[in-house]
Amino acid sequence: MNRSPYISDAPSVSTIMFKVLLALVPGIAAYAWVYGAGILVSLTLATSTALLTEAALLKLRQRPIKPYLMDMSAIVTAWLLALSLPALAPWWLVVIGTFFAIVIAKQLYGGLGYNPFNPAMVGYAVLLISFPLIMTKWPAPLALAAQPLSWSEQLNFIFSQSLPAALHVDATSSATPLDYLKTQLLLNKEVASISLAPMFGHFGGQGQEYVTAAYGLGGLYLWQQRIISWHLPTAFLLSLAAISGVFYLVDPGHFATPLFHIMSGASLLCAFFIITDPVSGPTTPKGKLYFAAGVAVLTYIIRVYGGYPDGVAFAVLIMNMCVPLIDSLTQPRVFGHEK
Amino acid sequence: MNAILNFASRILPGLGRDEDVHAFNGGVHPPEHKSESSTQPISVLNLPKTLVLPLRQHVGHLPKLQVKVGDRVLKGQLLAEAEGTVSAAIHAPTSGTITAIDEQIIPHPSGLPDTCITLSSDGLDTWAPLQPIDWQASDKKTLVDSLRRSGIVGLGGATFPSHIKLRSNSQSPIHTLIINAAECEPYITCDDMLMRERADAIVSGIEIVKYLLGAEKCLIGIEDNKPLASKAMRAACSQGQAEVKVVPTLYPSGDARRLIHLLLDLEIPSDKRSTDLGVQVFNVATVLAIHRYFAFGEPSISRIVTITGNVLQPQNFEVLFGTPLNDLIQAAGGAHTNTSHYIMGGPMMGFDLPNSQVPITKASNCIIAARQDLFPAAPPAMPCIRCTRCADACPVNLQPQELYWFAKSDNFEKARDYKLFDCIECGCCSYVCPSTIPLVQYYRYAKSEIIATDKAKEAADLARERNEFRLARIEREKLERAQKHAERAAGGRAEASANTDATVPSTPTASDSNDKQAAIAAAIARAKAQKLAGGSPAPAQTSPTAAADNTDKQALIAAAIERAKAAKLAAAQAGEAPKNTENVSPSVQAEIKQTDALREKVKKSSGENADIGSETSADKG
Ligand code: SF4
Ligand code: SF4
Repeated sequence: MNRSPYISDAPSVSTIMFKVLLALVPGIAAYAWVYGAGILVSLTLATSTALLTEAALLKLRQRPIKPYLMDMSAIVTAWLLALSLPALAPWWLVVIGTFFAIVIAKQLYGGLGYNPFNPAMVGYAVLLISFPLIMTKWPAPLALAAQPLSWSEQLNFIFSQSLPAALHVDATSSATPLDYLKTQLLLNKEVASISLAPMFGHFGGQGQEYVTAAYGLGGLYLWQQRIISWHLPTAFLLSLAAISGVFYLVDPGHFATPLFHIMSGASLLCAFFIITDPVSGPTTPKGKLYFAAGVAVLTYIIRVYGGYPDGVAFAVLIMNMCVPLIDSLTQPRVFGHEK
Repeated sequence: MNAILNFASRILPGLGRDEDVHAFNGGVHPPEHKSESSTQPISVLNLPKTLVLPLRQHVGHLPKLQVKVGDRVLKGQLLAEAEGTVSAAIHAPTSGTITAIDEQIIPHPSGLPDTCITLSSDGLDTWAPLQPIDWQASDKKTLVDSLRRSGIVGLGGATFPSHIKLRSNSQSPIHTLIINAAECEPYITCDDMLMRERADAIVSGIEIVKYLLGAEKCLIGIEDNKPLASKAMRAACSQGQAEVKVVPTLYPSGDARRLIHLLLDLEIPSDKRSTDLGVQVFNVATVLAIHRYFAFGEPSISRIVTITGNVLQPQNFEVLFGTPLNDLIQAAGGAHTNTSHYIMGGPMMGFDLPNSQVPITKASNCIIAARQDLFPAAPPAMPCIRCTRCADACPVNLQPQELYWFAKSDNFEKARDYKLFDCIECGCCSYVCPSTIPLVQYYRYAKSEIIATDKAKEAADLARERNEFRLARIEREKLERAQKHAERAAGGRAEASANTDATVPSTPTASDSNDKQAAIAAAIARAKAQKLAGGSPAPAQTSPTAAADNTDKQALIAAAIERAKAAKLAAAQAGEAPKNTENVSPSVQAEIKQTDALREKVKKSSGENADIGSETSADKG
C-alpha cells in the first residue's frame, strides 16, 4: 500500500492556537494594566461561553467533541472578541458576542476550517449593530479617570452595571480617541488642537498605545515562530500608513497622522491577530498582500467617513467575502508553466 | 507586485541561497537518518539459495521469456529479452536451474502477484562468457543497440530503460548531462556509499554516457550532507570529465526537474521533457552499471541496497536481483523483534512491502525496517485550516490545500485546472500539514480517477469515430452501388431503368436503418467503454470495423485512419501521464504501466505494431 510520507513535522493545530494565545498575553497584560483587571473577567467569560457553545454544537452536529475542543481555536476566537470589546463590557455583551461568533459564524458553517468569515469579527459586528451605544463607550484608562475603579467595583460594573453611588457612567467612560477625533472634527476643530485632549498619548490614545505596542510584540513572536507570514501584517500596516499618509499630507488639519492610525483602535490587533486568521483569509502570497491592503483601506475609510468609531470589523468581513475571488485571481505560477 | 515579493524575500533572513545554485520553491528538510547506514563499507551478500525475478522490474513492456522451467542457466545469461521499444532484459544473477515460472508477490504498492522466474542457485556462481565492448572504438548506434541487451534501467528508483535515454535524437541534441547524486530522501545511502567507494568507475560511466549523448558538459548534483562522496567524486573528476556541484540538503532536490533547476537555473516546461531542452539526467548508480556493462560485459544483475531502520546493523549491500528480502535482513544482523513491517524506498515516497519474502528488484534502493515509534501512525486528520504551510513547502509551487479540496469533493476538472498532474507526489505538503491530512493519498486518488475517466472517454471517442467512419463507408458503398445501377441503366436496357427508379426512393429507408444501426453501435461502444473503465481488458474494438473486409482501398483508408487515431491517443496519453521525476512514485509507475497496457490494446485493435509514442516518459531516470 502506498501511504507515504511516513514522517511529518508540523505543529498540531492545538500548538498553533496555543501559540496565538501565548502571543496575546503581553497585550492582555498591558490591557489589564491600562484599563484594569476587568478584562480578565471578560476573557474568562468569553472562554467559557466559547467552550460550552462549541461543545454543545459539536454534540448537536454529532462530531467528536474532544479533538475539536482541544484544538483551542474557539478560545482564540473568544479572546480576540473579548479584547475588541470595550473594557468593562457588561457580561451579557461578552456572552452574546461569543455565542454569535461560535454558533453562527463558525459551527453553522461547518466548524473549524469552514467558516468564510472571521468568527470574532462576526461577533463584534453583531454587537456593534445591536448595541451601538455600549459598544462605542470605552472607559477612560485608569490613569486618566478622575476616580479609578477598584477591582471589586469593576466586577460589580461588569455584572450589574452599577457604579459606586458617587459616580455617573459618563465620568468613567467616554468615546475612544478615534471616535472623539471624528466628532471633534465635525465641530470644525483642527487635529492638532484636538489631540491636546488628555485622552491622546504620544502616538495614539493615552494608555491604549501601550496595549497596541504589546500586541505588536506578540505579533512579532508569531512571525518568529512561523505561525504567521510577513505578508499580511506588513501589507496591512504599510497600506494603512500609506492611505492615512496621503490624506494627512493633503490636509494635516483634518486628518490624523499615519502613526496615530496605526497606534489607535484595533490596528495592530488586526494586523497580527485578526487578518491572520488562516481559515477566513486568502491563501496565496499575493492574495495576502491584496487582502491586507483592502482591509487597511476599508478600515481607514470607515474610521474617517463611516458611522462607527473603528472600521476593522467591517473591513475584515467585507474582505472575507472577496477571498475566493482574490485567491482565484492570484494563483502563483506553477513550476514549469507560463503565468 | 512580484518585485515587492522578491525584494521582501531578499531582505528577510533564511531565504538567501548560494548564488551558484538556484533554489526552487519550498522543500523540506526531514531528519536525515543517513549516518546509521553509512558507517560500514558496502558488503556483498552471501549467495541466496533461490532467487525470484519478476519480469516487471522496469517501466514499459514486459520482456519476452527466453528460458523454460528446468533450463540450466549461467550467471549473466539472458532470461528474458526486451520486447518493444520501452522494455528491459532480465539476466540470471547467478548460475543454477530455472525451477518455476509463475505468479508471485512482487515488491509493488499494489501487493499483487506478477509473473516471476524462480532460479535455484547451484552455488557455483559460474559466469556465462562475457563480451566487453571497447566503446571508444565503436559507433554510437551499435553501443546503444547493445545496451538494449544489458537490462540496465534507471537505478534511482524510476526504472526507466536506459538505452532509450541514450538513443540519438537529431531534433534536440543533448548539451548537458546531469548526474543525479542528490539522494535527497532520508535514510537512503546507497548512492552516497557508491560514490565514496567507486568514484572512478562512476566517472568512467559518465564518460561513456557523455560520449553516447554527445553532451559537452556534465554536472554532478550532490547534496551537502555527503561531503565524503563529493570529495571522492571531485578527486575522480580530476581530468575535468564532470563538475561536482554541491546543492543544499533540501528534499526533493533529487527530483529530476528540481535538480535541473538547481544546477542550471532552467525550468523544464511542464509539457516538455528535459531532453527537449538538451538536458539528460542519469542516476549515479545507472552510469556505473553502464560502465560495468561496457568494460566487463556484465549485464544488470545486482544493485546497492540500503537496509536500515529497525535492524541490528544498518548497512549497504551489493545485492543480486531476486534475493529474498529476508536474506538481506539477516545479513544486516536481523530485525529487532518489534519491527512492524518493511518499507521500500525512503520515508517520503516509499511504500509498505507486502511481506519480508519479496525479492529485491532493480527498483529497490532502500529497505527500511519500520517500528511503531519510528513511523508513528498519523493522528486522525483535522479539517484543513488553510494555513498554507503545504503551499509554502510544495516544490512545484502548487496550492495543495486547493487540490485537496477539489480531490475531496471529486471536483476533478478543477483539480486538473489547478495542475494536479504537475504534482510529483513528493509528500512535502503532507509532511508539514498541521491537520495531518494525508494529502498525497487524495492526489493519487484524484489522478487515478481522472486517468480512468479519460481512458473511458478516449475509448468511447475511438469507438464513435470508428462508427462514423463505418457510416461514411456504408454511405459511399450505397452511392457506388447506385452509380453502378445508373451505369447499367445507361447501358440501354429498358428494364434496368425501371430498377434504377426503384433504387432511388429506397435510399431514405436504408439510411433510416443506418441510423438505428448507428445507435446500436454507439450503445455497444458505450458499454465497452464502461467495461474498459471498470478495468476489464476488453479492447475497444467495435465489431463493424472487423467486418470491413471490402475493397483493398477501403482497408488502406481504414488503416490510415486507425494509425492517426492511435497516434492521437498516444499523444493524449503522453500529455496526461505525469512525466516528472527521477524518483517517480510507484503509483505513478503503476499508472504508466496501465497506460502502456492500454496503448498496447489500442495498437492491437487497430492492427498497428509501431511503438507510437512509447517513449513518452523518456526523461524518467
Ligand atoms: S498544511 Fe494542511 S491545514 Fe494547512 S493549508 Fe495545507 S492542507 Fe490545509
Ligand atoms: S505532493 Fe504534490 S502537492 Fe504535495 S508538495 Fe509534493 S508536489 Fe506539491
